[in-house]
Amino acid sequence: MSHALTPSERINAVLRPIPKWLIYLVGAAPGLYIIVGTVLAFQGVDLFGGSLGIDPVKTIERWLGELAIQFFVATLLISVLRDQFRLKLIKFRRPLGLLTFFYAFLHLAIWAWLDLQWRWAEIWTDILKRPFMTIGMLSLLLLIPLAVTSNNAAIKKLGPVAWQKLHKLAYPAILLGGVHYVMMQRVWETEALIYLGAICVLLGFRVKKHLKVSARA
Amino acid sequence: MAHRFKSDLTWSDVTPENVFLNRRAFMAGSAAMVAGGIAGPAFAASNYSTKEEPNTWDEITNYNNFYEFGTGKSDPAEYAGALTTSPWKVEIGGMVDKPGDYSFEDIMAAMTVEERIYRFRCVEAWSMVIPWNGFELADLLNMAGVQSGAKYVAFETLVRPEEMWGQKRNFVPWPYREGLRLDEAMHPLTIMATGIYGKDIPNQNGAPMRLVVPWKYGFKSIKSIVKITLTDKQPEASWNMIQPREYGFYSNVNPEVDHPRWSQASERRVGGGLLAKRIPTQMFNGYADEVAGLYEGMDLTKNF
Repeated sequence: MSHALTPSERINAVLRPIPKWLIYLVGAAPGLYIIVGTVLAFQGVDLFGGSLGIDPVKTIERWLGELAIQFFVATLLISVLRDQFRLKLIKFRRPLGLLTFFYAFLHLAIWAWLDLQWRWAEIWTDILKRPFMTIGMLSLLLLIPLAVTSNNAAIKKLGPVAWQKLHKLAYPAILLGGVHYVMMQRVWETEALIYLGAICVLLGFRVKKHLKVSARA
Repeated sequence: MAHRFKSDLTWSDVTPENVFLNRRAFMAGSAAMVAGGIAGPAFAASNYSTKEEPNTWDEITNYNNFYEFGTGKSDPAEYAGALTTSPWKVEIGGMVDKPGDYSFEDIMAAMTVEERIYRFRCVEAWSMVIPWNGFELADLLNMAGVQSGAKYVAFETLVRPEEMWGQKRNFVPWPYREGLRLDEAMHPLTIMATGIYGKDIPNQNGAPMRLVVPWKYGFKSIKSIVKITLTDKQPEASWNMIQPREYGFYSNVNPEVDHPRWSQASERRVGGGLLAKRIPTQMFNGYADEVAGLYEGMDLTKNF
């Protein structure tokens, strides 16, 4: 075959050599920076300086939440890019998915630790009584079985069919995450709405594909 | 001055004479300085001030909710420079004897500015301590002459989208508006702030003149006021219009009545950095002795 490379093939060729560990390392860097800085702060060492603004706790909370949703969108984007543009990025999907869980979990942990400061009564009322909190929590809970089974051993154990079925939980999880983001704002915030819109478009592609597949079956 | 609390003490009892005499001269001088835009020295202190450590100038002027300049906390500091605050006039109307446009300079010439160090509690569960300079709202309302049928005071913020870019988007029905019951407005704790730390109030904090009602959530303390109307009907209030389930007309600080989306039982005092301790929120933001009587017999869970 001697045809010219399509743009997709070019991109595939460029991305293929990127090792997975690099995705983990670069992706986790902001989270590790926050963890290290917070631990150091308790030792009296100020790693952040004034870089996180007047209210560093809120800045961190928001940053972690945004990273979680950004990695989640990237994870979902992988299969859509494959179906629409034949981009072969599937090897990056597991790192991106696990990073999503890492940031969603850290987002919750920092909120309970630095913001609510382990005031359990207030933490539980917030999670159980406030719809936007309940929705966010639900999204994180759905991610737990996905994170636990994001390894080859789990795929073997469950078998590919059951594994794929289980991982459809990502769809409600990302939708709940987007809704949580929109709901926590005091007004209809453009940025949050853009994320929710993007999530709906991506989910639309996935649902369309599944309908096609099941129609053929 | 507006009707102060009844007490056996007078100012001369609690103020050494030389300070007391100084204060009068001081006031006249500082009012002139404010009008001239010069940062004056500290204004006369008030026994309404808290002894708590105030937040720094940087914290107070770089962490603001002023959606006319964007919804981010640092947006107002970044964009409020575009606002022209001179000339400035306030239209006082409705049920008053002397309705009309009052220029900022004329108001300042007639008012007595003092320092009030107040706790400031945002509905978002953070708080600060702010050394305001300002005058009692009652003095301004009395200047216009409140008529006997008036029951409420309505306030409006300037609308000028070309200088306040946030107003080009309509997530808030502009103008931003707020209201108080007349007895709340006439209460001596209620002030119009025109300065912070003895300097002119910066644009991002509501220049040139903003309300401060320290026992209510911060959004009641409407900024950059251009219109004050005395009325006999409960006025509209912006956040109440946007989301009536979450923001009531009264919006008194109350640790027992939660915001539907978060607890109001405690707050984070801004300025403590990453490890700032959460502190319990006080009823009426710690001003219960002064204002609880205004709400006697009212169900505060219904009138939140």
